[in-house]
Amino acid sequence: MNAVINEWILLLVLGSSLLPGLIIFGLAEERRGLRTTLNLFGALFKLFLVIWILWGVFNQQHYETRLELLPGLEFVLRAGPLALLFVSLSTILWLVTTIYAIGYLEGSPHRSRFFGFFSLCVTATVGVALSGNLITFLIFYELLTLSTYPLIVHRGTEVARKAGHIYLLYTIIGGAVLLLGTVWLYTITGTLEFTPRGFLADLDKTYHPALVIIFFLMIAGLGVKAALVPLHGWLPNAMVAPAPVSALLHAVAVVKAGAFGIVRIVYEVFGVDFAASLGVTRPLAWLAAFTIIYGSIRALYQDDLKRRLAFSTVSQVSYIALGVAIAGPIATIGGVVHLVHQGLMKITLFFCAGNLAETLGIHKISEMNGVGRRMPWTMTAFTIGAFGMIGAPPIAGFISKWYLGWGALETGQTWVLLVLLGSSLLNAAYFLPILHAAWFRQPPDKWPHEHDFGRKETAWALLLPPLITAVSALFVGLFAALPFSPLEWAELIAEREFYQP
Amino acid sequence: MPVFILNIPWAALLIIVPLIGMLLAFLFSSAARWMGFITVFLNLIAVLGLAQELSSNGVFQHTVGGWSAPLGIELYADGLSLLLLFTTALVSLGVAVYAAGYFSHSKASSFWPIWLMLLTALNALFLSSDIFNLYVTLELLGLSAVALTALAGGRAALLGAMRYLLTTLGGSLLYLLGVALLYHAYDTVDIQLLSQRVEISPVTWTALGLMFLGLSLKTALFPFHFWLPPAHSSAASPVSALLSALVIKASFYMMLRLWLELFSDFGVIDQVLGLLGALAVLWGSWQALRQTRLKLLVAYSTVAQVGYLFLAFPLAGGNQVFAWYAAGYLLISHALAKSAMFMATGNLLQYGNHDRIADLDRVVQRLPITAGAFAVAGVSIMGLPPSGGFIGKWWLLESALVSGRWDLVTVLILGGLLAAAYIFRVLGYTFTEAPVPHEAKRVPPAMQWIALILASASILLGFLAPQILPWLNIGDALIVVEAGS
Repeated sequence: MNAVINEWILLLVLGSSLLPGLIIFGLAEERRGLRTTLNLFGALFKLFLVIWILWGVFNQQHYETRLELLPGLEFVLRAGPLALLFVSLSTILWLVTTIYAIGYLEGSPHRSRFFGFFSLCVTATVGVALSGNLITFLIFYELLTLSTYPLIVHRGTEVARKAGHIYLLYTIIGGAVLLLGTVWLYTITGTLEFTPRGFLADLDKTYHPALVIIFFLMIAGLGVKAALVPLHGWLPNAMVAPAPVSALLHAVAVVKAGAFGIVRIVYEVFGVDFAASLGVTRPLAWLAAFTIIYGSIRALYQDDLKRRLAFSTVSQVSYIALGVAIAGPIATIGGVVHLVHQGLMKITLFFCAGNLAETLGIHKISEMNGVGRRMPWTMTAFTIGAFGMIGAPPIAGFISKWYLGWGALETGQTWVLLVLLGSSLLNAAYFLPILHAAWFRQPPDKWPHEHDFGRKETAWALLLPPLITAVSALFVGLFAALPFSPLEWAELIAEREFYQP
Repeated sequence: MPVFILNIPWAALLIIVPLIGMLLAFLFSSAARWMGFITVFLNLIAVLGLAQELSSNGVFQHTVGGWSAPLGIELYADGLSLLLLFTTALVSLGVAVYAAGYFSHSKASSFWPIWLMLLTALNALFLSSDIFNLYVTLELLGLSAVALTALAGGRAALLGAMRYLLTTLGGSLLYLLGVALLYHAYDTVDIQLLSQRVEISPVTWTALGLMFLGLSLKTALFPFHFWLPPAHSSAASPVSALLSALVIKASFYMMLRLWLELFSDFGVIDQVLGLLGALAVLWGSWQALRQTRLKLLVAYSTVAQVGYLFLAFPLAGGNQVFAWYAAGYLLISHALAKSAMFMATGNLLQYGNHDRIADLDRVVQRLPITAGAFAVAGVSIMGLPPSGGFIGKWWLLESALVSGRWDLVTVLILGGLLAAAYIFRVLGYTFTEAPVPHEAKRVPPAMQWIALILASASILLGFLAPQILPWLNIGDALIVVEAGS
């Protein structure tokens, strides 16, 4: 019985968001209660399953699902440490974002359609996390593109349609490039299983030039979603989507899937030592560093709040790529743990931006003067997120930067320290003025478009999620040394990659 | 093995049942729809029976009237024929459901008999084992298809049908010339006997050239595709579904068969076919992107997808049997996806009385099942995972990379990108409002759901490759037989 559960539970994790999503598609617009129930039930059930799996893995259980897809290739889902890290993040953040979305879209049209695609998007993300080989990863990666497109064009305006076009232009080409790299790799090696330390080190030297090209093809394909410069162009444009979509895209689903893919490729396809010996990690590190600085500089010039946050995402997600490319165990810890930390911090910031837009009609930073007095809780959460981005202790972002810097020193790549320092300064340069304006300037006589929520600052569904994620960002930083923290987890992953036989 | 399944001549039933159905539908025109439904249903049962027979006995062979080769008619079914018969049966079922809601009574009494004639011809074609019988069934197929195209009435349909008629007759004539040459040279029309006797000679080259030219014309391979967009786009939607999904596949099947059995040693032809296929993919996709009307877009998409099928010819050269699997798989997926797409387009036409892409007024909200069907079918057409189209594309890419054919790799990738461009162009417009909102007419739910079901079937194919391949391998259809052995 146990064996049966172990084989199928991962499919159940996928189903816990797929089935509610499909049912929600068929619901009439007015069935608000049923839709909310289905959404929350799905999210909670998924959380329950993930906790079960975590507990099982802690007790040496092994969860794997295999289905033959092509002769010689299987569809594989496996609950390894890296998978569990991403799945847990996705599940928790999905729950929080669902609550937020229910509040945000109150009164908006086409909610059934929205939540249907929303659930599909989460299914695809969880599939990306749990993939056990490259072809399964590719399937869910493309499904992610397909399920997020309707969310971007959700509003049905001409602007949304064009933003959808740009999104597809980047992501479909990225997917095609990734497909090419994957098939090519398959024709060389005959296997695509994710293996710690990679499975390419033993190949004949004549294949090395091909492997280098394959590496860059895959990084290009993944780099589109991970918003590596110059493939990041879709991200600022995608801000036309509703705030819950931006929150989900930037903290959890699309961008993280790309970064996660880069982690998988370097650690479990090529193996970090082999990749370093091929000479491909250096260019990746430079590209990541360039993206970090470029994103931050572009963020400085944005007045639209969501666009500034978008460029900040471009910059911050490359920390993960940088951690990977430095190719040392400490930097690995920094890069991998930033998957979680950046997720928590960025989703907080986007939730707050959504609150400002929904409650007061604020879209631009120039309109944010004195808003801290009108919406103190929201701005507190925003402040925590912003300080985390800058890297101020004890918030999560500090931990990631610390490990990245230490890792750079460990491998002798001291130039990375300059990049980290520069990035922190730039982060401060574009976040601190916002905080200053919000807390210390005089509010205007009238907000652009105020909604009345009575004595509350804003709706509970809009207020709780950013508070929860902000506190989480604080806690994972404060209590990083505790067992079961994301940091411990990242250390476990680094250990498997570098030290275990 | 249950006794009652033994000894039923399933293959003969596959030809007789639609034939009788056609006669009954013609005679009892008021009940034509019901005749059609029963026939299509029985057809599916017969295919399943044949499948059961093939799985237990291997290849099926039957001599009609006791008169065997070299001059008699033999029926022959192996894995490849079975797969095509099954696809035909499935798409037929779908089209029957769709057409029942689509046609008014007057048109219905013409549609059903001709459509059942088409089904007879298709089944007979897939069961033929000599090249003259193939000609007869091909001709029947072409004439029924033309009649169905003209059924829509109106100037555009008649012009499209006329061009189709001339092209199809021309193609059949060229093919017949080739048959005559081969018969004159080798004294038989039976394929298996021919495969033993064929040798490389000027006569055979000429026959090969003529036959393949004629069949390329009928399959709408670039640059012989000119007749397809007007014909497929002006026909009634169920007819378009049939034409794109099944009719052009029949002539492709013939080319595949002839190539595998007779002509595989004739080196340069496969490269030519591959080149034309590559051009078809690029040109068809590009033209699809430029269309303003949805039906024309879908028709040009067919031109492009046919090109993919021909890419298998050069790729299968280096012992890459996967290239043939890819062709077979793409054939089936495309049949399901394209029929779904034409049905969805027909629904949109009926809903808003037009098919202008830019004016698809918020269709995603008002006709969600139809929009969903189009999107899901589009996933297979684009070759995105998970779908039958993705599996086919994967195999083609694999063969191309192993053979070092970087030109074909580029074509495959570009083709997918262009397909994504024109599919998503349509989908983007389904979200937006049109400048002039149109008055919406009701579309029967059956017509919407059958489109979605067929589209989902093409996605389901993406998971069934390990189950389907053993069937395809019955009779070693896709293993090349050496000429002269």
